[in-house]
Amino acid sequence: MHLRAFLLTALDSATSGGRRYHLWMGTLTLIMLAGAYAYSVQLRQGLGVTGMSDHVSWGLYISNFTFLVGLAAAAMMLVLPAYVLEDVDFGRAVLLAEGVAVAALVMCLGFVVVDIGNPMGAWHLIPGLGYLNWPRSLLAWDVVVLNGYLALNLAIPFYILYSHYVGRRPAKRRYLPWMYISVMWAVSIHLVTAFLLAGLPARPFWNTALLGPRFLASAFTAGPAFMILLLWFVRRNTTYAISDGAFHKLALITTVAAQINLVMLVSELFYKFYWPTHHGINARYLFLGLDGHRALVPWIWTAIALNVTATIALMIHSIRRNPRWLMPACVTLFVSIWVEKGMGLVIPGFVPSPLGEIVEYTPTWVELGVTAGIWALGLFVLTVLVRVALPIEGGEARSPYLEGAPATRMARPRSARPRRDDTPPVRTR
Amino acid sequence: MRQGPVVGIPGSGEDLVPLQKRIDRRTALGLLAGGAVLGTQATGGCAPLRAESDEAREVRQLAWQEYIKGNYQFMTEEERAETIARLERLATLQRGADVTIRATGAQPGVVFGYAFNISKCKGFRSCVEACINENNLDRRAGTQYIRIFEMEDGEVDFDLADATFQHEVPAEGHFYLGTQCFQCANPPCVRVCPVGATWQEPDGITVVDYDWCIGCRYCMAACPYWARRFNWSAPDVPVPEVNPDQHYLGNRARKPGVVEKCTFCIHRTRQGRLPACVEACPTGARVFGNLLDPDSEIRWVLANKRVFRLKEDLKTEPRFWYFTD
Repeated sequence: MHLRAFLLTALDSATSGGRRYHLWMGTLTLIMLAGAYAYSVQLRQGLGVTGMSDHVSWGLYISNFTFLVGLAAAAMMLVLPAYVLEDVDFGRAVLLAEGVAVAALVMCLGFVVVDIGNPMGAWHLIPGLGYLNWPRSLLAWDVVVLNGYLALNLAIPFYILYSHYVGRRPAKRRYLPWMYISVMWAVSIHLVTAFLLAGLPARPFWNTALLGPRFLASAFTAGPAFMILLLWFVRRNTTYAISDGAFHKLALITTVAAQINLVMLVSELFYKFYWPTHHGINARYLFLGLDGHRALVPWIWTAIALNVTATIALMIHSIRRNPRWLMPACVTLFVSIWVEKGMGLVIPGFVPSPLGEIVEYTPTWVELGVTAGIWALGLFVLTVLVRVALPIEGGEARSPYLEGAPATRMARPRSARPRRDDTPPVRTR
Repeated sequence: MRQGPVVGIPGSGEDLVPLQKRIDRRTALGLLAGGAVLGTQATGGCAPLRAESDEAREVRQLAWQEYIKGNYQFMTEEERAETIARLERLATLQRGADVTIRATGAQPGVVFGYAFNISKCKGFRSCVEACINENNLDRRAGTQYIRIFEMEDGEVDFDLADATFQHEVPAEGHFYLGTQCFQCANPPCVRVCPVGATWQEPDGITVVDYDWCIGCRYCMAACPYWARRFNWSAPDVPVPEVNPDQHYLGNRARKPGVVEKCTFCIHRTRQGRLPACVEACPTGARVFGNLLDPDSEIRWVLANKRVFRLKEDLKTEPRFWYFTD
């Protein structure tokens, strides 16, 4: 009966809110519907409606996939301090980080599903029923680690939230071991995704030992940057308190990761351009253009410019500690890494082809529509999760079956939850 | 909609599996999955079940059994015969094409190898055309397994080569080098496939089970020789042009959304014939044979010519050599 009440409260939390909330969810739903339409076109006519070709056989979908795996992995940067090191500042933010991980993983799986040519055959991946080529195929590894990470990030927060809901203290011995596993697992999902690309000698652009570490560095830049933005939004629009300490620490993590990421970028540029070899030809296409083909050049230099600007800004204490500057810096950093990983990592691996042919890639409206739809889905999932978690974590929503709880089941969560419209924004300074 | 027949099933379980000897776990789970299929494709515009003709009903049942079948690699001889019977029947029912699909296995004591004489090739691309016709390659997309690179005399440099030349050949100051799947002894494409839909046969040919491939295209990213092709849309071969002499692992009809590749004309070579490209070459630049037969022409080339392979540093061990006169 607690479980039923929990689900009802969750449903109630997710479906009620002010006008702005409904407008937000309605917009996301519209974008999702548009994405579903674009996907239906792709299902009917085949992947030929995308800009991909035999030469550039992965495009926007897999680019977003690799980026979002990083976002999912970055939740670890809050989980580790909060649970393992018992950091109090992060204690209240950690469930939100896990929500981000779940939303990112939902998007990852979405992008994989829309990318495969024969989605009806997806059951071939299920061991026993089909055949999973594990451990030889890194894609099989990715299937395992991504689904495992999704399960961990659903189960642990559910246990903690549910315990709070029914007025129990979550038992450490029950969730802490899983926490440790999930921290290591977070590294593994991103490393495995990097290895998926780095393990291909056919593609020298990816076939480098630096790819894995660089994936992690960029993930731990974009991930915490996103968390800062999310926590800032929560702080300003709800009564859920998040300490200044949490922001300071996250900003520091973001800054350090961004610096490491830039060091790695410089290493890569040096390696590829000091003594250019045949193996650097894809990098030449990406950064300088090749035989008049320059589709990615403006993208990558914009990304690097934004990245360097934001990183330098964050290195200045007064800027990093001032939310008015921290938030734009985080947006800039997040966008720059999305472009760098999105346009600048997967696609140049295919241009030129292993036999030197240059065929460029431009996404079509179908790809853009499906991509927007999946992002809307992820934000929708994230909003619902945050919406459900906050009242319970804030102590406002409790099981009506607890002793001393009000008699009417639905009334309590509805009235106890803070309304956006009448909640004064919390200012830090 | 070409895949429409996959949709139907409701009710009558006994109709579904006449060819199936037993309903094992796979079948049962497959049936369950079918429910989901039905849900997602409900908009597919299938006619009311009552009104459907016997033929449509048969297509529906065959397509369903095809959907739930396993990986060809792990099928018994019996299961292979059954799926081939279904596929031949479907070709007749759906396209009016009368085809024969073989399941000929690798012959003992045979490993195929290929050699390409750079001095002889003049860039006519007769091989390309023969390959398209022989292997039922998608005419609409213009799929080609073979690529002929026009290179400038003096260096083998793919960055300077042109594979899309449209002028009279042979061009002055150029030579021609053809690529296709090299049937590597250590194929990266096989290792990366998440579902084991592509594998190396005992005679060295790397094949794809088109019905097991999920279309993730990881193998395309993994191939250092750009040998794999994807069916971006439903492949189109006009019925009069269909080559009815087919092999399950070779030139049979492909579905949209799956990967395919050169199989050294598996339907011919396993019958002791030459690949179509070898037969079509007017200059005799192409040599094909059994590497395990000491008297074969390919062995003579390997023993008496200076040969090289592409990207040997990657340790993929192609079974495709280049040589000059």
